[in-house]
Amino acid sequence: MSAVSVTANGTGAVDAQAAAGEESAGFDIEHAEATEDFETTGTPFVDNPKMSARNVNVYYGEKHAIMNVSLDIGQNEVIAMIGPSGCGKSTFLRTLNRMNDIIPICRVEGNITLDEEDIYTSGQDTVLLRARVGMVFQKPNPFPKSIYENVAYGARIHGLAQSKAEMDEIVENSLRRASLFDEVKDNLDKPGTGLSGGQQQRLCIARAIAVSPEVILMDEPCSALDPIATARIEELIDELKEKFTIAIVTHSMQQAARVSQRTAYFHLGRLIEVGETKDVFTMPRHQLTENYITGRFG
Amino acid sequence: MDDSFTMGQHTSQQFDRELEAVRTKALTMGGLVEAQCEKAIEALVKGDGALAEAVALGDLPINALEVEISAECMDILARRQPAASDLRMILSVIRLVADLERVGDEAEKIGRLAAALADSRTRSDFVSSPRHLGSSVVSMLRDALDAFARLDVEAAVAVAARDADIDQEFESVTRLMLTHVMEEPQQVKNMLRVNWCARAMERIGDHAENICEEVIFLVRGSDVRHLSIEEIQARFAPGTPA
Repeated sequence: MSAVSVTANGTGAVDAQAAAGEESAGFDIEHAEATEDFETTGTPFVDNPKMSARNVNVYYGEKHAIMNVSLDIGQNEVIAMIGPSGCGKSTFLRTLNRMNDIIPICRVEGNITLDEEDIYTSGQDTVLLRARVGMVFQKPNPFPKSIYENVAYGARIHGLAQSKAEMDEIVENSLRRASLFDEVKDNLDKPGTGLSGGQQQRLCIARAIAVSPEVILMDEPCSALDPIATARIEELIDELKEKFTIAIVTHSMQQAARVSQRTAYFHLGRLIEVGETKDVFTMPRHQLTENYITGRFG
Repeated sequence: MDDSFTMGQHTSQQFDRELEAVRTKALTMGGLVEAQCEKAIEALVKGDGALAEAVALGDLPINALEVEISAECMDILARRQPAASDLRMILSVIRLVADLERVGDEAEKIGRLAAALADSRTRSDFVSSPRHLGSSVVSMLRDALDAFARLDVEAAVAVAARDADIDQEFESVTRLMLTHVMEEPQQVKNMLRVNWCARAMERIGDHAENICEEVIFLVRGSDVRHLSIEEIQARFAPGTPA
């Protein structure tokens, strides 16, 4: 019929060498030693970093979980961290507010700064640090207290309110910013655990922002939520980035594509590629990123 | 293209099959369209009225394939949310079939004009003037589809560059027709018909160039539409003589 022929591999796959760029050539990540040099593809550094990680290594006992990762978190950006289970993305997220300190066998090396100040100095007050770098977890975990107390708790221990009126204002503003106020304003004295999953997660976000953090870390914040609750959280993330800097770990690539400006891809403890989200999802430069986001992993 | 690398399969093998099916179908459509062009030009040059009629009717299955492939692409977009090379594959198939459908229309147009010329029983030499233009265009289309099938950027750039020759050849057919008009003014209607055929061939060349641009987009991720051929050569085939 014609000279048209189908390619040998028959998958419709693209000339992957071009797609993968030159950087990936010659480095066998599956068999590389932890000490071997590996350079992240793309743009891990930005002009206006809120936080900067340089040569970060994390060990759980003998296990080398994060290998020499360097990455900037830009001011008022949403950066998404994606990768297969066990790639180190959550571990890396937790280094940013020293959440790993509570794991006895965990050891962190390297340099991490917040506004150019080292957060791993021995004099660093981790409670203060975590007020500046807040965290929202996978499963909503409100305190077994009233909705009001859930939000007021952090503000109280950090002495942010001088009077009942001031505290009321903090609670209301935080709930409003978490788009929860209208749903709970008549039930502020009811237990936070009585809310729906999506509402609980927004309550946890309200609790995180009540102490006026500068950075919010989110570790799969929507994985326990239905699509509508997820959409509300994503909408919220978009609003929150006006005021905060957000780093989000997610298993949903569509979520990363929807909410973030930059995407970082982790694989086996290494930071493989960082780039503008629109580029990473249309034209990733590293073969491993390409494989993961097209569902060719494993 | 580096053949030493083959990309892995998707975790979902059903997805592999869907992508492969849509791509194979697009290339099948390409084969049909190419055959239509060949026949249309043969009918014109040989004055074969029956063949010309057959070409004019042969566009229907091509249109049906365009609709079918577009629907399958939409289905994949909705259900798989393809990313990266998969996304570019789907987008370029959507663009490819749109171009192919237009090529099919041009072939149909040539078929109708060839049928009218065959009917008019005034065979003259000028009717076969676009013979060489026609064969250049068909081979350009074939090579463009081949570059798409093999994901061959280098070939795509080289094929796209041939559109300039096609344009030039169309210009000279037009000039030739003008001379004929002056010599045999009573034949002006048929001469216009021949020129319209040449114009349709020139348009097919443009679509073949688009197909080449789709290959570059698919493989390299760069949208090169509206770039000059010199820029495309500089970026994607350095070292080719301009």
